[in-house]
Amino acid sequence: MNTHIIKSLFFVLLFSIYGSVVQAASDATDEIAKYREMISDGNPADFDEMRGENLWKKPSGPKKVSMQKCDLGKGSGIVKGAYAELPKFFPDTDRVQDLESRLVSCMTTLQGIPEKEITTKPFGGDNYKPDIESYVAYVVGQSKGVKMNVSLNHPKEKEAYEIGKRIFFYRAGPYDFACATCHTQDKIRIRMQDLPNFNKAKDSQAAYVSWPAYRVSQGLFRSFQWRLNDCFRQQRFPEPQYVSELTIDLAMFMARNANDAIYAGPGLKR
Amino acid sequence: MMKTKYAVGFFIALIGCPIAALAGDKNDALDAKVISIIKRDFHDKGIARLDRINQDSVQAMCTQYLNNPPIVDMERLEAEQEKAIKWPADGKYMGDWKAGEKLAQSGIGMTWSDKPDAIPGGNCYNCHQLSAKEISYGTLGRSLLHFRAQFSQIRSGEELQRYVYGHIYNAKAYNLCVKMPRFGHLGILTEAQIKDLVALLLDPESPVNKQ
Ligand code: HEC
Ligand code: HEC
Repeated sequence: MNTHIIKSLFFVLLFSIYGSVVQAASDATDEIAKYREMISDGNPADFDEMRGENLWKKPSGPKKVSMQKCDLGKGSGIVKGAYAELPKFFPDTDRVQDLESRLVSCMTTLQGIPEKEITTKPFGGDNYKPDIESYVAYVVGQSKGVKMNVSLNHPKEKEAYEIGKRIFFYRAGPYDFACATCHTQDKIRIRMQDLPNFNKAKDSQAAYVSWPAYRVSQGLFRSFQWRLNDCFRQQRFPEPQYVSELTIDLAMFMARNANDAIYAGPGLKR
Repeated sequence: MMKTKYAVGFFIALIGCPIAALAGDKNDALDAKVISIIKRDFHDKGIARLDRINQDSVQAMCTQYLNNPPIVDMERLEAEQEKAIKWPADGKYMGDWKAGEKLAQSGIGMTWSDKPDAIPGGNCYNCHQLSAKEISYGTLGRSLLHFRAQFSQIRSGEELQRYVYGHIYNAKAYNLCVKMPRFGHLGILTEAQIKDLVALLLDPESPVNKQ
C-alpha cells in the first residue's frame, strides 16, 4: 500500500473534521475509527514486520550471524508469544529487560555490533530506518492474539514495577508535569488527542496492546521506547537514555498494568 | 448519614482501583533509588537540560503525596508561592486581548525540539476551551468560555483582574498541586504576555466573552 496515499487520506479526513464546526471531540475519535476501518485490510506496519522477519534471518554484524538464536525470554530462537511476557528478568544479564533492550543484547553479543552504534540513533526518520525498529515490528507481530502475561515473581521484576510507578508520578520541569498529569483522569484530552487514564486497567490495556504502532501523521513505524521518549518530550523533561533502566521500569509498570488483555499490535495511530 | 455513605463508597472505589497508589506504600530506600536512576538516565537535549529533573518544594510535596498533601503543608507552601508573585509595577493587569489570543493558541515552547530562540506560547487551548470559534481545545482544565460571566457573581473589577493575573502567574499559589503550569513563577511568560492573557479572559470584546 502506498503510504503517501494513506497519509493524505488521513489529512483529508482530519480537515473535514476541523471544517465541520463544534461537536468536535467525539467526532474526531469517530473519524479516526472510520479511517482505521478504511485501511484495516492493510496496516502499513505489515511492511515493517516483513522487513524485520527477513532481517531477522539474515546473517549480519561483524560476526555475520543472524538473530535467529536470540533468546527473548522463552528460549533461544522462540519469537512466538515472547512480547506478551516482556519486560522480564533475564538471568544471563542479571536484570529486567524490555523488548528493545533485549534486542540490543542480542545484537551486541550474537552479532558483535557495538552498543553505541545501535543506541545513538534508535528511532527512524524520513530516510532512515534502523534495523532494530524492524526487529521490533516483526517480534511484536508474533504475539498478536496472545494474552498479556507479564510476571512480577522475581524480586527484580517487582522492584522494576515499583520504580516505574514512582517515575510515572514524578513531577518536575518547567511545567511541573508528570506522566500522571496527563494520564490519570477519565475522558480528557489535550487539544483533540484523547488521553488514556493509566489508573484504569481498561485504558492501560487498550493503550499498551496497540503499541508499537504505525503513525500515520509521521508515515513511520514507532516502537514503545519511542512512545515513552515522545511523552517525556511533551512533559518538557530532558531526554531519557534509550533502553535505560528508567525507560525499562516505566515500560514494566505500563506492561504489567495491561495484563490479561489480548495483544493486538502493531497498532495504527493518528 | 449520607456523608458516611459517600465516604465509604469513595474508600471502596480507591481500594477497588487496580493500580496501587504511591501514598501509603512509602519506601525510603526505593525512593532514593528512584532519584538516583532519574539523575543517571536522563541527558541534556537541546534546551531541555538535566537540571530540569531536580524538584522544587512544590513538585516534591505534590509527588510525595500524589497531589494530595496534608493541609498544613499545603497551606504553608501556597502562602510561600503567593508571596513570590511579582505583581505588575504599574498596577495595571489588562493588556491586549488580540495578542493574548495568539499566545493562548500557541503550544510551542520548552521541549527539546523547540529552538532556543522560539518564544514559548501559553498552551491555554491545549487544556481549556476559551472561545466558541476554536473547536480544537483540550479538556484537561475546565472551560473558560464566557469567563467574565462565569465569574461576575463572585468577583469583579480589579479584584477579578488580580485573581486572573495571579492564577496565570502561579496557579499553585491558589491550589498547590493543580495541573496548570506556573507561567510567571517559572519564567515561561513575561509580565506583558500575562497581561495580554488577562485581557483575553476579561475584556468584554474578546472572543472569550463576546456574545
Ligand atoms: C503534556 C501531556 C502529556 C504528558 C506529560 C505525558 N503524555 Fe502520554 N500522551 C499524551 C498525548 C497527547 C498522547 C496522545 C498522543 C498522540 O495521539 O499523538 C499520549 C499518548 C501516550 C501513550 C499511547 C496511548 C495510546 O493509546 O496510543 C502512552 C503509552 C503514553 N502516552 C504514556 C505516557 C508516559 C509513560 C508518560 C510519562 C513519561 C506520559 N505519557 C506523559 C500527552 C502526555
Ligand atoms: C496543563 C494544563 C493547563 C494549561 C496548559 C493551562 N491551564 Fe489553566 N487550569 C488548568 C487546571 C487543571 C485548572 C484548575 C481548574 C480546572 O480543573 O479547570 C486551571 C485553572 C485555570 C484558571 C482558574 C479558573 C478558576 O475556576 O478559578 C484560569 C483563569 C486559567 N486556568 C487560565 C489559563 C490560561 C490563561 C492558560 C494559558 C496561559 C492556562 N490556564 C493554561 C490546567 C491548565
